[in-house]
Amino acid sequence: MTERSYVLDGNEAAARIAHLTSEVIAIYPITPSSTMGELADEWSAKGRKNIWGMVPEVIEMQSEAGAAGAVHGSLQAGALTTTFTASQGLLLKLPNMFKIAGELTPAVFHIAARTLATHALSIFGDHSDVMAARTTGFALLASSSVQEAQDMAMIAHMSTLKARVPFLHFFDGFRTSHEVNKIDLLQEDEVRSLIDDDLVVAHRSRALNPDRPVIRGTAQNPDVFFQAREACNLYYEAAPGIVQQSMDRFAALTGRRYSLFWYSGAPDAERVLVQMGSGVGASREAVAKLVAAGEKVGLVTVRLYRPFDTQAFVKALPKTVRSIAVLDRTKEPGAIGEPLYQDVVTALVEAWPEGMPAPRVIGGRYGLSSKEYTPAMAKAALDELRAPQPKRHFTVGIVDDVTRLSLKWDPAFDTEAEGVTRAVFYGLGADGTVGATKNTVKIIGENTDLHAQGYFVYDSKKSGAITVSHLRFGPKPIESTYLIDRADFIACHQFEFMEKLDVLALARPGATFLLNSPYGPDEVWDKLPREAQETILARKLRFYVVDALAVAQQAGLAGRINTVTQACFFAISGILPREEAIAKIKDAIRKTYGKRGESVLTRNFAAVDASLAALREVVLPGRADSRLVRRPTVARAAPDFVQRVTAMMLDGKGDLLPVSAMPVDGTFPTGTTQWEKRSIAQEIPIWDETICTQCAICPLVCPHAAIRMNVFTAEEMKRAPAGFKAVPWARKDGGALDGMMYSLQVAPDDCTGCGICVDVCPTRSKTEVKHKAINMAPKLDHLDAERVNYDFYLSLPEVRPPMDSIDGLRGSQLRQPLFEYSGACSGCGETPYLKLLSQLYGDHLMVANATGCSSIYGGNLPSTPWSQNAAGQGPAWANSLFEDNAEFGLGMRLALDAQRDLAQMLVRALRVQIGDPLATELLDSPQDNDEQIRLQRERVKRLKAILPALPSPEAGRLLAVADSLVVRSVWIIGGDGWAYDIGYGGLDHVLASGRNVNILVLDTEVYSNTGGQASKSTQRGAVAKFAAAGKASGKKDLGMIAMAYGNVYVAQVAMGANPVQTVRTFQEAASWDGPSLIIAYSHCIAHGIDMTTGMSHQRDLVKSGYLTLYHHDPRLGMGGADQPLKLDSRKPTLQLEQIAMKEGRYAMLAQSDPARSKQLMKTAQHDANARWQLYEQLAGVHRVVSEDGRADAATGAAAAPAAPAAAGDNKPAATPAQEPTK
Amino acid sequence: MSVDLRTRYLGLELKHPIVASASPLTSSIDSLKRLEAAGVAAVVLPSLFEEQIEHEEMATHNLMLAGAELSPEAHGFFPEMQNYRTGPDQYLELIADAKKALSVPVIASLNGHTPGGWTTIARQLQDAGADAIELNVYFLAASVDDTSAEVEQRYVDLVQSVTRQVSLPVAVKVAPYFSAMANMAARLTKAGASGLVLFNRFLQPDIVLEDLEVSPHLVLSTSDELRLALRWIAILRGRVDASLGATGGAHTPEDVLKLLLAGADCVMLASSLLTKGPRHIGTMMRGVEDWMAEREYASVAQMKGSLSQQSCPDPDAFERANYMKTLQSYTSEFV
Repeated sequence: MTERSYVLDGNEAAARIAHLTSEVIAIYPITPSSTMGELADEWSAKGRKNIWGMVPEVIEMQSEAGAAGAVHGSLQAGALTTTFTASQGLLLKLPNMFKIAGELTPAVFHIAARTLATHALSIFGDHSDVMAARTTGFALLASSSVQEAQDMAMIAHMSTLKARVPFLHFFDGFRTSHEVNKIDLLQEDEVRSLIDDDLVVAHRSRALNPDRPVIRGTAQNPDVFFQAREACNLYYEAAPGIVQQSMDRFAALTGRRYSLFWYSGAPDAERVLVQMGSGVGASREAVAKLVAAGEKVGLVTVRLYRPFDTQAFVKALPKTVRSIAVLDRTKEPGAIGEPLYQDVVTALVEAWPEGMPAPRVIGGRYGLSSKEYTPAMAKAALDELRAPQPKRHFTVGIVDDVTRLSLKWDPAFDTEAEGVTRAVFYGLGADGTVGATKNTVKIIGENTDLHAQGYFVYDSKKSGAITVSHLRFGPKPIESTYLIDRADFIACHQFEFMEKLDVLALARPGATFLLNSPYGPDEVWDKLPREAQETILARKLRFYVVDALAVAQQAGLAGRINTVTQACFFAISGILPREEAIAKIKDAIRKTYGKRGESVLTRNFAAVDASLAALREVVLPGRADSRLVRRPTVARAAPDFVQRVTAMMLDGKGDLLPVSAMPVDGTFPTGTTQWEKRSIAQEIPIWDETICTQCAICPLVCPHAAIRMNVFTAEEMKRAPAGFKAVPWARKDGGALDGMMYSLQVAPDDCTGCGICVDVCPTRSKTEVKHKAINMAPKLDHLDAERVNYDFYLSLPEVRPPMDSIDGLRGSQLRQPLFEYSGACSGCGETPYLKLLSQLYGDHLMVANATGCSSIYGGNLPSTPWSQNAAGQGPAWANSLFEDNAEFGLGMRLALDAQRDLAQMLVRALRVQIGDPLATELLDSPQDNDEQIRLQRERVKRLKAILPALPSPEAGRLLAVADSLVVRSVWIIGGDGWAYDIGYGGLDHVLASGRNVNILVLDTEVYSNTGGQASKSTQRGAVAKFAAAGKASGKKDLGMIAMAYGNVYVAQVAMGANPVQTVRTFQEAASWDGPSLIIAYSHCIAHGIDMTTGMSHQRDLVKSGYLTLYHHDPRLGMGGADQPLKLDSRKPTLQLEQIAMKEGRYAMLAQSDPARSKQLMKTAQHDANARWQLYEQLAGVHRVVSEDGRADAATGAAAAPAAPAAAGDNKPAATPAQEPTK
Repeated sequence: MSVDLRTRYLGLELKHPIVASASPLTSSIDSLKRLEAAGVAAVVLPSLFEEQIEHEEMATHNLMLAGAELSPEAHGFFPEMQNYRTGPDQYLELIADAKKALSVPVIASLNGHTPGGWTTIARQLQDAGADAIELNVYFLAASVDDTSAEVEQRYVDLVQSVTRQVSLPVAVKVAPYFSAMANMAARLTKAGASGLVLFNRFLQPDIVLEDLEVSPHLVLSTSDELRLALRWIAILRGRVDASLGATGGAHTPEDVLKLLLAGADCVMLASSLLTKGPRHIGTMMRGVEDWMAEREYASVAQMKGSLSQQSCPDPDAFERANYMKTLQSYTSEFV
């Protein structure tokens, strides 16, 4: 251990060098590179300086395209400039990258390489993004480890200044960007000494400067463009040499030697792998083991991929090489082979010494989207080279039973060094396991001579998410870039996992097992499922229990078990002497949490001290006779695909699925969350039917569709299980529901226990005020009964009273949600809107969904909450990208309209054959409500029955588009990051199109999915990432911008503040035959609120003027009869600050910088007052919206521009303020 | 004839007996300066609540942990701040700034929560430059298992632990709900208190009929509340070796005079300053001075305690007889 030893992840390692060597940094969040931008922003916010003593200017842009533009401009003006990105973000930067390279501008882009979205999005790592950038003219420099992420970052920043070629420095997303490992940290003075000031001066001297003006970015004609393009050649020829010089200079300073192509293995190797990125860690281990066993194998690690130095490559190969397997972490469908393979083949053709037999080359793909790549797979590739007829192109790491390209590998091939301790921890996303295990790696890595590595695996849920931490400790540097498959230590931090997961699968014989258990050493055995008992006995595990929850509770750390389990790990694992370990844990706690206050430390220290006393070893009874067995993953009733495919993924066995199990085009069935039954709630709502007023608010606000209401006949009740509760429908208004029974039912295994339903329940007991019409109760007390009840409930038919026969709120909630049981955060503020949408229009709904939270809980495998009704109808959903969602949705509308127009034309053409009145009805029937749509569906069904028998070819064409005669509701959905920032240009264009699309913005005022970065929707004074000092500017008024068009239906809603208005605006937006925009305020975990009170907090926000509810309906302005803008909330009665301070994002600024907070809050209050005043005035304005403003989608005509507001009208420009509707 | 208004409280020389008690008015340097400009003799800063600090620290901590590591895309949802300024930092800055900005004594006030917290924070208040410390003590003995003896001992232990740790004069602000107030006062003094502040007023729960919610809030005092402090100051004057501060209900010059006559060393104002503004101090002082001059008092020292129980002609009037008499005077109207 030296003072230079630090434990950090690849992102931090690279970002630190970037921040030290840059003056301007333009950022935009995208997984897995967001951390680099966040750190740069945080460091600059704290005043951390670069090597020239200046604080780098960090600016968040509206998109990666914007960031690239800003970088380009900054470089042109002479600043040392950098940026960070990945995947789609890199694609958005490509145009500027061509320019930056074309202008020979030194710059470094740091990339956490991530899969490009193709048949599906993936946030995980491979080289498809950087490979897409290989034609830009950027140099591509690859790091394969955390240490290299720092070192190559340095070498890139050194080299670019001299080479003038810009650099794309990349490392594998997650595997390197998120792996924590012990590295030798470059000291600031070292960084300083490696950057040549004269090169910096040269860069500045080339900058645009009016004192010596030049012009750049000209347009060139055929006469000179080509020559000018060739003029850069010398620089590209020189670049590899410059990089090698930088590497040599770096080695002289640090002792770490690198080369463009690095060979390791037998000096007389005959079979050689060529690879770049993190996979070389696994390959190197395989090669070392095989060499030790006498095999003649080797590995070439590619570092500088572009410009590709063929001579250096050939020089790196041993002269004895007979065959080469090139491993690419990307896929180029249709290419002869993947890019690295092709380059290797070309390099050999061009540079292999003449007269010598050139080695045979085969190419393989591995590791797409962070697929595991292990030493066994490297061995499989090397083994393939030995085959008489090796596959020229192969894959490794999957089972391809379709094109049979995949190699078999031997999972028993183990290369891990002696003396490495391997530990695996199973935790819940919220329990601090990942944080604590990261801390453990730091403690050991930074305080002992041991090397340490940590890697963390998450599932795709945001509530009840399971995390698995893989930790290695050993005397030598740890380069095992793959998951642990044989653990010496297993910790399970949540007792419930025992019933759901095979947590002991990875335990090696004799391993230690630590279980966080509410049951003591004498009771716990019988509470384990039999499978676990058998494994413990068969593998002779040492078994410990600790009641971490109780210890944490006692210490005042409710729910945070991480400190306890960490102390227990140290106590049992013996990696450090116990006393020393305890002292180090406390040091680490002080270091990590010290700034947060004394009581945080005191309580954590208390937890550490109490942990060891609570730790108990279990004496194994020697019998595995538990009556508990692990539950089957999905019910037997699940459809075939769910049984075969989805269940495997749910089980964590998706890696075993062969190619043939996968749809070829990324198409998956909907309605799959219903089979998960995650059962993550501790408490669930229980209905007290005796006091319920049947107001329908609780099912409306339930984020998970886990509390539902329905009406049914007394006859149905006869089938009900004994415990099923129902009461007569209370709204006796002479409607169709009079005399029916009503029930409110919880889905006990789907509820996440957020408690929002109880918080919003307005009905209280007369004798005990805390008792409401629904109340949270321990799940286990009710689970069995409620399971039976819910099964019965689901068997009840959907009555679906016409929406105009009942108030909108109740009417909507009597409809089946076709968005259910999402994995969104417990208490999510977004999902209730989607559920409502699915209830209103689900059976004829098309959704274009921007990338973000809603695309993750909406469409991340294994399951989707978008569902189907009994007739098999339901929302059809697709995600294109983050930036283009409005356009994507508009495209859907255009296609639907085109097909409908075609269908109508064909119906007219075939009128005689089809016969009337069917043809006329098909063409002219209104489809404004459920019943009309149902009748139209019937007609289409009849039409489809007639058409096959008709002889005309038109009949066949009509059959293909007949469904489009049924109306489709197109909704374009996304978050504020999309609508306000990256997708705004498209959104604006779609609003201007006049087309009948509905845009729903789930406005959390922050980039929620990537961890809370500020967007232009973020309000003044809120702390967010990229706005660590509190956002100084106010929230963009998107609604006002949209209203300016005149013919756009615009509404601002907050379900918790005014549910009736929310339901009504959804209906009005849907029925407006033109563009609609609903900005739906959504509380979010990123606000730092108690999520249970999210909805009631919305009410307070509206009362404080933080939000103004309104709707702007162009129909009201037509003919000048009325004012299109109506306010739907009352004049604010509360102080903004008073309510804002209930949110952590505002309170933390008040705490850390009270003066700034006060100032910003004062301005925010001013914003709110001004906004209210402005809206109040506008609500009194008569504005004439031209009848032509209504989109004529049927003819495809673009909307005419809206008539100017009242000007020229005889009516007064303003009338007294409109009384807000309630 | 000029009247010598000076008084000593907690060993501090005050130019007159009117002190601004802990209130929002003493929470910012701006309003503290306004109080000084209006002539206040000393200020008591708002109470630092240890429980609140703990709460804020844990809230910040939990905020940073909320949602952390929930998904591969987000480590957490808030940026690491340079400084969270949890703990007593802001309060200590207020003391230091107040000392810089004011020439009158600055008394810090503390409401502790844990034994360690009281003493640690008290030392920090001292180090930050406070001239004295007021311990704002309040245990609501809501448990049916807590005996009065145990509760009383807690007060004594607490005062002892703090006064042993700090060299500053320490006043104890107590509520009037002791079975044996006089004995308690004596024990607190013996435990090291240099002064007693009589009496504390706290948030009281109220029920909001509209929402059927319980809402604790503080109602501003009225002159009617003066009597309680008046009685006990009169009784304790001369019986305990401690400064006596009166608080709660002093709104007029007459209120101040009565408290001084009963034996208060200083009179603390909060409600009256909140409703009438800092300039009310001048009005009060002129009223006191005029009355004293008219009656030819030479000094506050001369007048202080001249109507205490020990010095008044009718000592019983401060005890139970007083109650009987009052009752009789009421009933007589209807009998």
